[in-house]
Amino acid sequence: MDKYVLIPLLPLTAFVINIIFGKWIIKEKAHWIAILAVLGSFAIAVSAFLEVLSGKVINYDVYNWIVSGNFKVTVGFLIDQLTAIMLIVVTSVSLLVHIYSVGYMHGDGGYYRFFAYLSLFTFSMLMLVMGNNLLQLYFGWEAVGLCSYFLIGFWYEKKSAADAGKKAFIVNRFGDFGFGIGVIMIFLMLGSLHYTEIFGKIGTLQGQAINILGYNVDLITLIALLLFCGAVGKSAQIPLHVWLPDAMEGPTPVSALIHAATMVTAGVFMVARFNPIFNLSETAMNVVALTGAITSLFAATIALVQNDIKRIVAYSTVSQLGYMFLACGVGAYGAGIFHLYTHAYFKALLFLGAGSVMHAMAGELDIQKMGGLKKYMPVTYWTFLIASLSIAGIPGLAGFFSKDEILWLAYNHGTVGKIVWAMGTAVAALTAFYSFRIIFLAFHGTFRGTHEQEHHLHESPKAMTMPLMILAVGAVAAGWVGIPAALGGSNAIAHFFEPVLGHPHVTAAHEEEYMVMGISIAAAIGGIFVSWIFYSLKPEIPKNLAVKFKSIYTTLWNKYYVDELYDFIIVRPVKWTATNILVAVTDGKIIEGIVNGVPAAIRNFGERLRKLQTGYLQHYALSMALGVFVILTLVLIAKGR
Amino acid sequence: MVPLEWYIGLSAVIFIIGVAGFMIRKNIIIMLMSIELMLNAVNISLVAFSHYLQDLRGQVMVFFIITVAAAEAAIGLAILVSLFKNKAAVHTDEIIEMKG
Repeated sequence: MDKYVLIPLLPLTAFVINIIFGKWIIKEKAHWIAILAVLGSFAIAVSAFLEVLSGKVINYDVYNWIVSGNFKVTVGFLIDQLTAIMLIVVTSVSLLVHIYSVGYMHGDGGYYRFFAYLSLFTFSMLMLVMGNNLLQLYFGWEAVGLCSYFLIGFWYEKKSAADAGKKAFIVNRFGDFGFGIGVIMIFLMLGSLHYTEIFGKIGTLQGQAINILGYNVDLITLIALLLFCGAVGKSAQIPLHVWLPDAMEGPTPVSALIHAATMVTAGVFMVARFNPIFNLSETAMNVVALTGAITSLFAATIALVQNDIKRIVAYSTVSQLGYMFLACGVGAYGAGIFHLYTHAYFKALLFLGAGSVMHAMAGELDIQKMGGLKKYMPVTYWTFLIASLSIAGIPGLAGFFSKDEILWLAYNHGTVGKIVWAMGTAVAALTAFYSFRIIFLAFHGTFRGTHEQEHHLHESPKAMTMPLMILAVGAVAAGWVGIPAALGGSNAIAHFFEPVLGHPHVTAAHEEEYMVMGISIAAAIGGIFVSWIFYSLKPEIPKNLAVKFKSIYTTLWNKYYVDELYDFIIVRPVKWTATNILVAVTDGKIIEGIVNGVPAAIRNFGERLRKLQTGYLQHYALSMALGVFVILTLVLIAKGR
Repeated sequence: MVPLEWYIGLSAVIFIIGVAGFMIRKNIIIMLMSIELMLNAVNISLVAFSHYLQDLRGQVMVFFIITVAAAEAAIGLAILVSLFKNKAAVHTDEIIEMKG
């Protein structure tokens, strides 16, 4: 057996052991199995990464999964540059989240269950990124959706958590529907689901069109958009972003895992993986870029006014995912994945930091009720600050390099590129603003909560602060592999990705790059500065603004009323149909009619039949005599002929 | 010599009396007697045909029928006695447990 098989197999084994023996035998020791398994995966992932770094690409089939006629699907692994980096991200963040959970979930009734699900989640994501064919990716895709349902609704006694779990699952279904059709179309058109064959043959579809309801649609554009549909659902882009902020109902480590390493990055990974398809369709690329840019701006504006610490971070994830799609849409897949990789560290750090704050605040999430936490929880404060600086794009930190790479490549990508660049730069300023809003409101100033809460304030245990510190190192240093040439680096990561993802050819001078870089740095610092004025220096300004621009404020506060809109156009009609048509007519009339009608008919027939049994001996005798008479008559007639 | 038709006529008349008795009367004892009549009507015709055709098999058959009739009378009366003990009834009108 190859060692690569062990990468997904170890977490799966941990899941099976914990789910079967966890409740009665393993109990409070469940984390050992899960952590050791992920640690093993991480170690193998690192060795695989080193092999890929030396120029090797691993691609082999392990097992024939489905063989039916000319339809053949295998379970196989493809570890190229893209997968290798994803493996590192997934296993390392997952490992740290596992360790953090030991402290965070301590004493929870579902401790073993939690670790079992975390393992399953990791396994699913690893299957997704390692697959060498589309169906395996689809398997992982659906499996992470399922795990997100389990984990978001982990505290299922709480209605809001159970609802959020359902919401995540159902909203994803919309995107996955398109994705599923995309997979089927690829198979129908190309006759294979293996990446190598798909990418080898996709060129033959160029220029072909398919007629849908009288419109001629370019085949490749259609396939690309259907695949993107899945990515929109999984990576929470407009219009399917609504599930991600609600996913906050799950335990915080889960949020960190969903937002940083697994699940939401799947969409970006998939678009990058299918770059040979997307590259052939200008329209699809523009759709991807604009969806990303609009989502990014949209989510960032919502994050400006929210008070729930996890919700702000959640919207920032949506916004940063928008950035990644923006990058993919302008052909800068490498930059997108680079951002995915740096984002994983600072976003996991932000979430785990938020979890640490929640832990100290006994579950309080409202940043208006915090303040001055800096002196109570220094480790959390400093790591959170590093993550915020990183996400804001302060030079030298991870977020700066990846964000700058994206903006620079977008800037050089024609008209659409210029538009999304402008939006991206605006988002950079907003990101800096809302990230530091948390810092100033929660960690600086004076404490605004109750006395009881103040008394309870404490730094989190080692198991929680240690992952924070490790992630902080990642949030600082993860970007150093991508220092652009303009700053004297070699942009190693872009060259690393080039064989798989390509690299847009940019001829512009360094001066222009310095200009773009300068604008984004100015935006970041400006955002932080405004945030400082608003929330530290003159706290009455935001309050006055909220009153003055009340309509804008309430719109943002209500997240542009998207949830309400969906409730109106989707949820309510569906509920109406369910109660008035499905329950009342289909179930009540048709199905119950059949189920109750058949026995009723048989009973009715029986009622009539029993009347024959009169109980009078004479009647029986008479019928016997008549029977004999009839038979004899028939025999005689037959004889007579 | 009495011609064959007369025997057959007698046999038919007795058989019809038996059938009619069985159908019309409700006293079980009389119904059993009617069955006896039907069996013996058949016996008469069998003996008559046996003699007419000079074939003894008909008369052998008659012995069998007499045996069966005796057994039937014994069992029938035994059932009747136990029925009467339980129900104090010999009329079929009163014995209608099997009515559906």
